[in-house]
Amino acid sequence: MFLTDEQQAILAGSQGETMAKVWKTLVMYGEAFGADKMVPVTSKYNHLVTSFGLKMMKPVFDLMQQLIDAGAVSGQQFSVDPRPVDKNVPANFLQNLIFNKIMYATQESYEGQLKELGLMDDNAFTCACYLDQVGNKPQMGEVLSWAESSAVVYANSVLGARCNRNSGIMDIMGSIAGYVPNFGLLTDEGRKATWLIKVETTKKPEAQLLGSAIGMKVMEDVPYIQGLDKWLGTELTDEVCSYLKDFGAATASNGAVGLYHIDNLTPEAKALGGSLMTEEVKVYVIDDAELARVQAEYPVMWKNPDAKPKLCFVGCPHMSLQQLKDWTVAVENGLQEAGNKKVLIPTVFTTAPAVKAEFEKTEYAARLKATGVILSYICPLMYMNNPLCKAMPVMTSSNKLRTYTTARYYTEDEILAKITKGGC
Amino acid sequence: MKKFQGRVIAPGTVTAEAVVSHGGFNTLASLQGALQFGDKKATCGDQNNPDLHGKELAGKALCLPQTIGSTTGGLVIYCACAMQRQPACMLFSNPIDSLAAAGSILASVWLPDVQMPVIDSLGEEFLDYVKHGMKITVEADGTVTVE
Repeated sequence: MFLTDEQQAILAGSQGETMAKVWKTLVMYGEAFGADKMVPVTSKYNHLVTSFGLKMMKPVFDLMQQLIDAGAVSGQQFSVDPRPVDKNVPANFLQNLIFNKIMYATQESYEGQLKELGLMDDNAFTCACYLDQVGNKPQMGEVLSWAESSAVVYANSVLGARCNRNSGIMDIMGSIAGYVPNFGLLTDEGRKATWLIKVETTKKPEAQLLGSAIGMKVMEDVPYIQGLDKWLGTELTDEVCSYLKDFGAATASNGAVGLYHIDNLTPEAKALGGSLMTEEVKVYVIDDAELARVQAEYPVMWKNPDAKPKLCFVGCPHMSLQQLKDWTVAVENGLQEAGNKKVLIPTVFTTAPAVKAEFEKTEYAARLKATGVILSYICPLMYMNNPLCKAMPVMTSSNKLRTYTTARYYTEDEILAKITKGGC
Repeated sequence: MKKFQGRVIAPGTVTAEAVVSHGGFNTLASLQGALQFGDKKATCGDQNNPDLHGKELAGKALCLPQTIGSTTGGLVIYCACAMQRQPACMLFSNPIDSLAAAGSILASVWLPDVQMPVIDSLGEEFLDYVKHGMKITVEADGTVTVE
C-alpha cells in the first residue's frame, strides 16, 4: 500500500507509540484487502457501535483508556449505539439486579470515556444516527469510518456515502487517524453488484423478511434488486426510508450485506442503473413462497413454543418519527376493532432519544401512551442479552433481534394482531 | 491427510481439533453469551448455526467460510483473545471478511502476548474435506494440514 512520507513517519513512531499502533492496525487492515492507499475520512461525524458498558468488554475499555491517556483522540465527534438499560422498560427485580449491578455496572464509567473521546452529546445514543432528528446524516460520496452494521448499510445504500463494514474499535481507529484504507465499498469496483435479486411477490414484501432472505443468500456480496420499486415507488420518502432502514438491518444481520442497490430508487441505482452489476451475476428470485419458506425455517427458541408472549419489542433498529406515528394509528385502530383499551402484551417501541423528544411534541405521544405502549431509547438486543431473557417468551418484528437473541419473529401485521387482539 | 495452502492474516503455528461451520459464522451470536457469563470453553450460542450451536470453541481450530452479522464482531474476537477464550486458530475457506480481519489484527497489534493464527483463502475444498474432530496443524507459512 502506498503511504505518504508523513504517514510512514507516524507508522515509525513520530507521533508516539500509541499513534503508531493505531496506524499499524489500519495499514494491516488495508493490506488484508489489497488497499492501494489511505484516504481521508470526510464525514462530519463518526458513529461507533460500542455503547454498552458490558463487563465482558473490559479489554475494550482498557484499550480506549490507552488511547485517551496517549492523547490519541479523534478530531471528529461521534454518535454511538443505544444505551442498554432504561428503567421504563419492564424488568423484574432479578433482571434489574443483573442489568445494573452485574452486566452493565460499568456503563457510567464507560460513558465518561466516550465523552473524553468525543461523544456528540448526552443523547447521541442510537443505532439510527442518520435520522434527521439525530443529525449524523452523511452526504453522498463522503467517506466514513463507521461501525454498526445497520447504519453502515443505510449510509452506503440510501445516502450514497462510502463506508466499509468496519468492526467496533476499528471505527474509532480510522477516526483518530483521520484516514481509512481504500478498499471494498470505498471503491467504484467494490460497489458493483454480483447478485441480481428479482422480487416477484404479489404484495409489498415485509421489509425485515425480504432483507433476511437476501442477507442469508448473498452473505457479504452486493445485491442489485429489481421489482421492489413496484411496491416502494421511485422516491425516497420518509416511509420508504423507514422501510429501507429495516430491510437493510436484516440484510446486514442475517447476512453481512454492507451495500444494496434498488432499481429506480436508491441513488446510485437511479444514476447508473444496471451498469452497477458485474458482467456475470448470480440470480435469486423471491416470490411469496420463498418468503414463506424463509420465515418457516426460523428456529423457535422459546422453551414452550405455545407460550403467551410476555414482552414485545418493535424498533430494532430504532424507529423513525414516521414509524412511530404510523404505529400509533395502527395500534389505536387495532384496539378499537377488538374493543380493547390497552395492548394485551407489554409492548416497547424503541427509538432515538432525539426522535423520542420530537415525537413527544406531537399529539401522537399522548395517544400512544394511552394504548399502554412504552416508548424507550433502549437497545432491545442488549436488554435481551442475559440468561433470564432466554427463559422469557419475547416477540419482535425485528429480524436482527431474532438473530441475536431468543426473541421470536413475527411480521408487523402478526405483531399488531397479537398486541391489540390477542391473536393472529 | 491433506494439505491446504492459505494466506497468513495473523501469523503463528498451532495444532488443534477442528470445529467446522459450513455457513457464515455469526461472531456476536456465537460468543456473546459465553464471554458475558464466564464460560471458559466459549460454547457457541448461535441458534442459527446448526453446525456449531452448543459446541465448544475455545482452543479449537475454527474452520469457516467467513464471519457474518453485527459489526461488534471484531471487538468480540478481540475480547475473546484478551480473555484467553479464543479459538486456537481461525481458518477461512474464503478471503477473510472485514470484521474477522479487524478482530484478528486488533488482537495481533494490541495484545502482543496472545497468539491466534488466522489463515484465509484455503478454498472450498478445505471446508468440504475438514470435519469436526479432525486434527489440524497450522504452519507459519499458511500451510494447513488436516488429518
